[in-house]
Amino acid sequence: MDFARSLALTAPEILISVSGLVLLLVAAWGGDKASRLISIGSVAVLTACAFLTAPTLWGQMMGPDVSAFGGQHRADAFAAFAKLLIYASAGVTLIVAQSFFDKAKAMRAEFPLLILFASLGMGMMVSAGDLLALYIGLELNSLASYVMASSLRTDERSAESGLKYFVLGSLASGILLFGMSLTYGFTGTTSFAGINAALSGGLSTGATFGVIFMLAGLAFKISAAPFHMWTPDVYEGAPTPVTTFFATASKVSALGLLMRVSFEAFGSQPHAWQQVVIFASLLSIVIGALGAIGQNNIKRLMAYSSINNVGFILIGLATATKAGASAMLVYIAIYVAMSVAGFVAVLLLRDENGNQVEAISDLAGLSKTRPWIALAMALVMFSLAGIPPLFGFWGKFVVFQAAVQADMIVLAAIGIAASVIGAFYYLKVVKVMYFDEPADVVKGAGETSHTVLLVLATLAISPLGYLGTKCLGTLADYAAAALFPVG
Amino acid sequence: MNGFLGTGFPLLSLMLLVPLVAAVACLVVPREQARNVALVATLIDFVLGVILWANYDIGGAQWQFTESAAIFAGFSWKLGIDGIALLLIALTVFLMPVCIGASWTSIDKRQGEYYAAFLLMETLMIGVFAAQDLFLFYIMFEAGLIPMYLIIGVWGGAERIYASYKFFLYTLLGSVLMLIAMFWMVNEAGTTDIPTLMAYNFPVQAQTWLWLAFFASFAVKMPMWPVHTWLPDAHVQAPTGGSVILAGVLLKMGGYGFIRFSLPMFPEASAQFAPLVFFMSMAAVVITSLIALVQTDMKKLIAYSSVAHMAIVTVGLFAFNQQGLEGSMLIMLSHGLVAGALFLSVGVIYDRLHTREISRYGGLSINMPYYAVFFLLFTMASIGLPGTSGFVGEFLSLMGIYQISSWVALICTTGIILGAAYMLYLYRRVAYGEQKNADAAAMPDLDKREWAMMVPLAAVVLWMGVYPESFIAPMRKDIAALDARLAQAKPKGDAQPTAGKPMAAHESGHASEHNAAPEGAH
Repeated sequence: MDFARSLALTAPEILISVSGLVLLLVAAWGGDKASRLISIGSVAVLTACAFLTAPTLWGQMMGPDVSAFGGQHRADAFAAFAKLLIYASAGVTLIVAQSFFDKAKAMRAEFPLLILFASLGMGMMVSAGDLLALYIGLELNSLASYVMASSLRTDERSAESGLKYFVLGSLASGILLFGMSLTYGFTGTTSFAGINAALSGGLSTGATFGVIFMLAGLAFKISAAPFHMWTPDVYEGAPTPVTTFFATASKVSALGLLMRVSFEAFGSQPHAWQQVVIFASLLSIVIGALGAIGQNNIKRLMAYSSINNVGFILIGLATATKAGASAMLVYIAIYVAMSVAGFVAVLLLRDENGNQVEAISDLAGLSKTRPWIALAMALVMFSLAGIPPLFGFWGKFVVFQAAVQADMIVLAAIGIAASVIGAFYYLKVVKVMYFDEPADVVKGAGETSHTVLLVLATLAISPLGYLGTKCLGTLADYAAAALFPVG
Repeated sequence: MNGFLGTGFPLLSLMLLVPLVAAVACLVVPREQARNVALVATLIDFVLGVILWANYDIGGAQWQFTESAAIFAGFSWKLGIDGIALLLIALTVFLMPVCIGASWTSIDKRQGEYYAAFLLMETLMIGVFAAQDLFLFYIMFEAGLIPMYLIIGVWGGAERIYASYKFFLYTLLGSVLMLIAMFWMVNEAGTTDIPTLMAYNFPVQAQTWLWLAFFASFAVKMPMWPVHTWLPDAHVQAPTGGSVILAGVLLKMGGYGFIRFSLPMFPEASAQFAPLVFFMSMAAVVITSLIALVQTDMKKLIAYSSVAHMAIVTVGLFAFNQQGLEGSMLIMLSHGLVAGALFLSVGVIYDRLHTREISRYGGLSINMPYYAVFFLLFTMASIGLPGTSGFVGEFLSLMGIYQISSWVALICTTGIILGAAYMLYLYRRVAYGEQKNADAAAMPDLDKREWAMMVPLAAVVLWMGVYPESFIAPMRKDIAALDARLAQAKPKGDAQPTAGKPMAAHESGHASEHNAAPEGAH
């Protein structure tokens, strides 16, 4: 594998790095006035990267042909699937952030750049073929994210959220690093393929600890219970566009990384981590559902909902099969659409002074005052609850089908029964919007760009989404196949 | 087969599409126009339903009007009906215009959304009965929760929010386990095609679990005692149109589920659990009838009577013979009409006085004679008076169960006596006696709109009572096929009736008995 070939395979990452640096210079000379230009430039860069990445997915690329720099970086179909979702989420965040920060008079030229560099880190995470590449990607993403969370500098909650995210995120990184060093110590290699080969003979106690610590660190990043505590505070405090970014792109990358580590590095010892994943999955479903019931802030509620949904996604991981991996990817893609629709709808809720409305009680009677936003929000809620015919049901459908095919019927039965608890709080939001008398708080008008995004995302999660199941399923199968080169 | 329509015409898809398009239209047209859109759409669907029945070839292929399009991953858009589905679709399209009529003036807020929810319901209900793909069925079956939740919650009475939650969560919990069972079945049989699955022999051991998972869903939908408690709340709080559709069609989804899934797919498990079903049904008949007797709220009374009637449906279904199965289908059809009509009757006086308290009425036969006549007819039909639709079904159903267990038949028959008690008691308090309330005495009789809703219902109730063959004929072959499918698991009856042996024919009878049973009692 020559050097030029490696560079070609990492073209999206190189493009983002170089254009990020160029835009940084624009920011340095243009100042905050240039922020709109930089945003547009960033969206253009992400779009270009998406076009660079897409052929890899369609071409079902996998194996040594697409592994760059001696196996450190894999530009395979799996990475492409995750990257497309990441780039799309980052693009959405850039679009909604511009007008949000303009209104708050807090738009700074660095913000689009942080998104760009975070996306770069995420792309490296999902492409990682080596523990070191993994860690560099993860930290690049995390450091950008900490800053973004506190980017609304006049808001105390934003600063608090950034600090919490930083402290807890660092702790998680530390745990992950500790697990990585144990794994390295007991296997003698940092490459995923090497670890997999070294572990295929059996797991020593030390290596088991390494696996567990690594999973714990990653569980932090995907906000799976019992490492979920930071999520509600960070989601609530961070500016809503940033929360959108955390709920979509960050989730995709962390889950993608978790899948890569589980299947590629520890794939030969699925029994070592399956039980941990099952435990985290069921706990996340229940804690996400119960924790959300008492919430009165829509962003906190969405945070618990994300914990709940991660629980369902982990059921796919627990199967340790290719079908399970494919189901996870389908679920993640649908979850991204649901989150985008949910948070963009939240962004459209403004009172007469143009401030964000976040209290659920202020949504009362929204169906009378803002029927279309209420309808979109209700569809998001029913979709998150997994009620057919909305598209959120399809995510649960494929995940549970994979679980039953892997003969994990008890897990599937408990998981799906627990999903009914979650339905309760989603219904509560619909109840407040549709059954209660109008509180008449939501007055302000939304931006056209938000409305367009909301319409697109809502159409995606509406029953029309089912028409895309074949395409989505095929692409997810291509991507999942890249994780299982033999099978 | 499909007459002038040609064989390839997607009539069922069209019937699903018309209300769906109208539902979207209701959201965008001015609110005063929404009810017109809804009425036109439901009438179009009714006409399509008539065309469907007229073109249904009785005694022809088992599955007719089939259409299939593999446009989804994991399942397909596959529709088709047999006689059982045909009758239930006919019931749906017949009741829908009535529901719209019942809501014509009484719904005064957010009409657009109301009619949209109703039309969406219609699409989903027809979809449930017409689906030939397991997962398509599940999606249609579950999706009905959303519009019904909104109908109860937005337009219901005082306790509507509690009722809407209870309805939603109860039925959702019942259904999700069924989904897991469906995954297992599809994994085992390798197909999502319902007709194929109906003929597939699942391992007996697995059937037990699968049956329980399906039972959890259908028992709640039916509803069977003791998981019926969502029904009185939902009924009482729903607007009249909602109650009509809930009692008329939604409850039939449970019975349809038993007849389409539980019985043919898991015959052995069905036989194994028949005693459980009998116990729950007997308890339901006696307990809910007694509860109905002491109700002071008219809608609640009719809701409890629905539970009792549905219990007779379940015993008939698990009688494993043709009489029981046909009887259960007829009760479902008849109950759909009669309970719908009774809720409509309550709605008529509720619209005038805005109370469902029985004691607030009295002597209505004096100032509302025509109303009293219709109400009496539907009361009698609910009791099961010969000549009305209720009689035929209950008679057949109880006859079916008598062949299996005379005790179950005995206890379930008390339901008819108790039914007469609570219905006549209701009627006496509402329509007869003194006109003790001045406002009730001043209520005007039926107007034209109410006539237009009552007359078709009354006509069909009598038709089904006098000439039930019209309704039995389309399903006879399908019931016979189901009966044949169940033969392998049929439980023995407790009574062993033996034919009498006339003295004169003793010799020949003896000979033939000897031939038929060479290892007999000799």
